[in-house]
Amino acid sequence: MKARTENMQTDAPLLSVKNLSVEYRTDLETVRAVNGIGFSLRKGETLGLVGETGAGKTTTALACMGLLPEATGHVACGTIELEGENLLELPESEMRKVRGERIAMIFQDPMTSLNPVMSVDEQIAEALELHNEDNKTARQIQERVDEVLLMVGIPASRKHDYPHQFSGGMKQRVVIAMALACEPTLLIADEPTTALDVTIQAQVINMIRGLRDRLGTAMIMITHDLGIVAQTCDNVAVMYAGRLIEVGRAADVFLPAGSVGSVNSIEHHPYTAGLFGSIPSLRDRARRLTPIPGLMPDPTNLPKGCGFAPRCLQKTPLCDEESPCAYGSGAHRVRCHLFAERDGWRKEDE
Amino acid sequence: MAVAGVSTFNSTQEEVLIFKKESRWKEVIRRLKKDRLAMLGLAVVCAMILFALLADAIVPYSVALKMNLKLKLALPSWAGGPAGYWFGCDGYGRDLFARCLHGSRVSLLIGFATSFATLAVGSLLGALVGYVGGRLDDLVMRALDIFSAIPSTLFAMAVVAAMGPGIVNICIAISLTNIPGFVRIVRSSVLNVAEQEYIEAARAGGASIPYILVKHVLPNTVGTLIVQTTANVASMILTAATLSFLGLGINPPQPEWGALVSEGKEFLRTAPHLILFPGVMICVASFSMSVLGDGLRDALDPRLRN
Repeated sequence: MKARTENMQTDAPLLSVKNLSVEYRTDLETVRAVNGIGFSLRKGETLGLVGETGAGKTTTALACMGLLPEATGHVACGTIELEGENLLELPESEMRKVRGERIAMIFQDPMTSLNPVMSVDEQIAEALELHNEDNKTARQIQERVDEVLLMVGIPASRKHDYPHQFSGGMKQRVVIAMALACEPTLLIADEPTTALDVTIQAQVINMIRGLRDRLGTAMIMITHDLGIVAQTCDNVAVMYAGRLIEVGRAADVFLPAGSVGSVNSIEHHPYTAGLFGSIPSLRDRARRLTPIPGLMPDPTNLPKGCGFAPRCLQKTPLCDEESPCAYGSGAHRVRCHLFAERDGWRKEDE
Repeated sequence: MAVAGVSTFNSTQEEVLIFKKESRWKEVIRRLKKDRLAMLGLAVVCAMILFALLADAIVPYSVALKMNLKLKLALPSWAGGPAGYWFGCDGYGRDLFARCLHGSRVSLLIGFATSFATLAVGSLLGALVGYVGGRLDDLVMRALDIFSAIPSTLFAMAVVAAMGPGIVNICIAISLTNIPGFVRIVRSSVLNVAEQEYIEAARAGGASIPYILVKHVLPNTVGTLIVQTTANVASMILTAATLSFLGLGINPPQPEWGALVSEGKEFLRTAPHLILFPGVMICVASFSMSVLGDGLRDALDPRLRN
């Protein structure tokens, strides 16, 4: 693993996703879950993938892991390159080596992502045993298990306990320990705190952030909680109906404090502006929330033009006709027709 | 780098580890011990196996076959029958106790052998088709549907008729008739387990399909497997009895519980004890296996640990 890291140039992306489209095909319909998204992630960076339920966030993660449901899930086009290697072309046996060792995943619900009949040390040791290229002895593996448990703040004396003997927050710590056991270069966290209560959420997020900084792991943080994104991410990608409608550094995408609402949405995609309008503010007491009207379009029957057009308050006739291309200003990219004529924004190549 | 202190620390840690590994099984036994009904079942099952193994030492096999028409349908000794015949005598004047005892050998052998054969084949096949799904699932399940469409007794008869009587062939016939149902049960609980997130988490950790099947899927269906298998033991004994009754099972005069019941059926009005004793044997064996199975299931499930 070391050799790989040294050969890599610092600015070369660790993960590079290009023009990725994923469909779920059944006999009755084709669900276009992800439609031509592209992003890249450098070593040690964190990307926040934000969006509503059904926007295609988890599908993107599963595609990176090669874990799309075999019967229906299907990558229509695009590439996913990890350190220059296209994961979509790897045979299943090679892909198994990537999973767990180079890309690890934290699942949403710690209550269900641990096997109830295995003690936690067995479950953490499992990834180590599956990726035991340097022939670690049983004792070395157990030492590593103690080490990662300690890292996530669980005393090694509890390692023989079963999942049901831990609280929800502790279980999520175990799940994180499992993911980090092999020191992956990329960690995909799929809504790691959604199933936890708020105080535990903060603990777990702080811990994930601390471990990421210490281990230098790159991370994709999938969430619909903008607060978590603000706390943890370098870059943010806002996903809507299977497209990345806005990508940029966290500072670019987050609205300046106090400027919530449509007035200051000039620098943002109308959807992003709408998302921020839906967050209650601690400062303004009386203001009503301004939710985004309507629902996400049916992924089996996406609109011809912009996916957000049916709900957009600033829609023009063009929006219904033509899917917008990306317009960029610095590292900030927005996929919206409103930016075509705007000063400082220019059309980006796909 | 290895400092003496570190290695001592490690060795004590390893001892702790070994201790813990052993204690996991100890704990299962400890929890089983707490379950009185299960312990009773275990005791009865063990006693039956012991008696079956020592049958020749208790009563020679020749006694079970020796006819004495003077003692035809004799009552048990404690009910006024001739001394020394605890269970009385059958229609040919043979000692019913000796016949029940030697019959337990055949019945228990058939019951256990067929149950475990069904367990081995059924659980692997069920787990495989349930987890892999797709074409394999369709193919195997439709093939099993064909097997299930034939009445099980008829199917077992056909197998025995084709291969000839004898304990091994009877076991094969009975196992074959029971495998489709077992596969279906295992498959349904595997389908349930397979969609759990920890299976996906195991895949995300880089585990292969055979590994996931053996380490994650099957241990989570173990409760179903145990209960089904122990319940099977009783029904297998009864199926063997049916075959014997039809003349396709154990050849007379060799005793077997089911055969004893069907022989006794003719004297139901005049000598009900002929049916009573082997019938009670079958009941006791199946009841004790069932409670033992329930207790084992609870003892093996770490979620029920207190």
